[in-house]
Amino acid sequence: MRNAWVIAKRDLGSFFNSPIFYVVTTVFLVIYSFIFFQILNFFSFQSLQAGQAQAMGMSLNLNEMVIEPSLQNMSVILLLIIPIITMRSFADEKKMKTFRLLLSSPIHLKEIILGKFLACMGVVTLMILISSYSVGFLFLLGEPEVGPIVTGYLGVILMAGCFVSAGIFASSLTDNQIIASVLTFGFSLFMWIIGWGAQAAGPVTGQILQYLSIVDHLDHFLKGLVETSDLVYYLSFMLFSLFLCHRVLDSNRWR
Amino acid sequence: MIEVENLTKHYGPRRAINNLSFQIAQGEVVGFLGPNGAGKSTTLNILSCILPASSGTARIMGHDTFEHSLEIRKKIGYLPETPPLYQDMNVRDYLKFAAQVRGVSGKQITSAVERVIGKCSLADVSHRIIGRLSKGYQQRVGLAQAMVHDPDILILDEPTVGLDPIQIIEIRKLIQELAASHTIILSSHILPEITQICQRVIIINEGEIAAVDSLEGLTASLRKSERLSLTLRNSGDQVEEKLKSLQQVLSVLPEENNRFLLECELNSNLQDEIARLALDNKWGLVEIKPLSMTLEDIFLKLTIEEKDVTV
Ligand SMILES: Nc1ncnc2c1ncn2[C@@H]1O[C@H](COP(=O)(O)OP(=O)(O)O)[C@@H](O)[C@H]1O
Ligand SMILES: [Mg+2]
Repeated sequence: MRNAWVIAKRDLGSFFNSPIFYVVTTVFLVIYSFIFFQILNFFSFQSLQAGQAQAMGMSLNLNEMVIEPSLQNMSVILLLIIPIITMRSFADEKKMKTFRLLLSSPIHLKEIILGKFLACMGVVTLMILISSYSVGFLFLLGEPEVGPIVTGYLGVILMAGCFVSAGIFASSLTDNQIIASVLTFGFSLFMWIIGWGAQAAGPVTGQILQYLSIVDHLDHFLKGLVETSDLVYYLSFMLFSLFLCHRVLDSNRWR
Repeated sequence: MIEVENLTKHYGPRRAINNLSFQIAQGEVVGFLGPNGAGKSTTLNILSCILPASSGTARIMGHDTFEHSLEIRKKIGYLPETPPLYQDMNVRDYLKFAAQVRGVSGKQITSAVERVIGKCSLADVSHRIIGRLSKGYQQRVGLAQAMVHDPDILILDEPTVGLDPIQIIEIRKLIQELAASHTIILSSHILPEITQICQRVIIINEGEIAAVDSLEGLTASLRKSERLSLTLRNSGDQVEEKLKSLQQVLSVLPEENNRFLLECELNSNLQDEIARLALDNKWGLVEIKPLSMTLEDIFLKLTIEEKDVTV
């Protein structure tokens, strides 16, 4: 596992060296902040209209009316930008022929994949953590509940992990970064909307589709619930994508 | 040290190498010679555990390159055709990374990096970004990356390709220095390179071994003809014809400035007869000298002969 960390560290260094990271992070923060303050604004407007007692009402509603929709929106932004973060992982190594260094080194393919995954997760988690300044802002205004905030962020990070693992997998399929990012976006979006088919499908199929939908699992986390089935879903999603990635890279050698 | 038996590799339906068998002893410097597409890179990739073979075995120090690949990778330094350089890193960080992934243990990393920086004369550029270095320096960084874990075997795939003449000479000198303490396999389609560096050549063409021999042996075994160079002061249309009419002359090739290349049978000692012919016809003999057979000719011959067989 030391090797995975060595690879992750190099990739992180390369992220922080490249403008892509700073541009993506800036765009992410600007859009997220805009949405957040929009929501906050709407919230204060409503609470004023309802003539609620500020101190009592806010502590209950801040979670439901501000944090929950903010995180939901954040997950949409993540869906859009994570493909840009992950697209380089293997595509660039293949295009620049640097992959040969890793392949001829005494390290396992597993460690390489894990390293790539950790690096992208590091970047994405960092971005999400920076965005959490907005929560601190809420504590100045009222008393939001801490529990759902923590689980909400956990859910968002796990969901981001699914996008990242899908992105790593897509990146192993090609040496073209654009193709890798489009594939990631397409696949993530599909897993997002797959639940929409639930109503049209039969009861059993519908339930399966609902369970497969990446976004439905986030709701529990946002409400402060950490359920095993959601954790299992997210973790198996990641493991399965990384497993596919391993299969692709391994079989590439046999062609 | 290296034993290859009946090695075959298919890319889909395409056969890149077919039934290669050869051995390389410890300390040898062996050249892999063949035109583009001959299968050199494929063979070297199998030896460096990057590609599995379709059939046959490659063993290094008794270990199979596929089954025990992690063991072998520690002992091999590999420089692919395109050096595996992260363009955005500086030389020192890159070599440190290479040392880490190639399995140098924590405490020895710094000294390993310093050692290869010294050996490959990279001290002046060690803080520069790799992408901004000249091709010659990049190639040296590529070599340094292959040596950083002090491997017993160096596998170098066309190490001088795309360099300018001065850089080529520098890289060759470096490889010659390394030859003293390493087993080296080097591929090339540039012939003088192999003659300068290698003790033994494996000539490979269209995926098959065309010859394995020492340089001297190869030259001797292929000497089916001799060449003479003839320079005249005057010339006429009939020079070529008259030369050709000599019994032992196989072919005549006119060149610039009244120079002719003659290919004749072995040990024919035609100099006297040609001199007489020149005197009789008042050609004005300037010079006549035998040309030694270069590896380049051997090589051309080999590939041509192979082609004739397959057509
Ligand atoms: N990844 C690959 N996929 C399909 N064909 C390949 C691949 N790599 C090499 N080949 C083919 O195999 C043959 C040998 O190639 P290679 O080993 O690169 O030759 P060399 O290094 O001697 O130029 C060539 O005909 C080449 O087109
Ligand atoms: Mg090649």
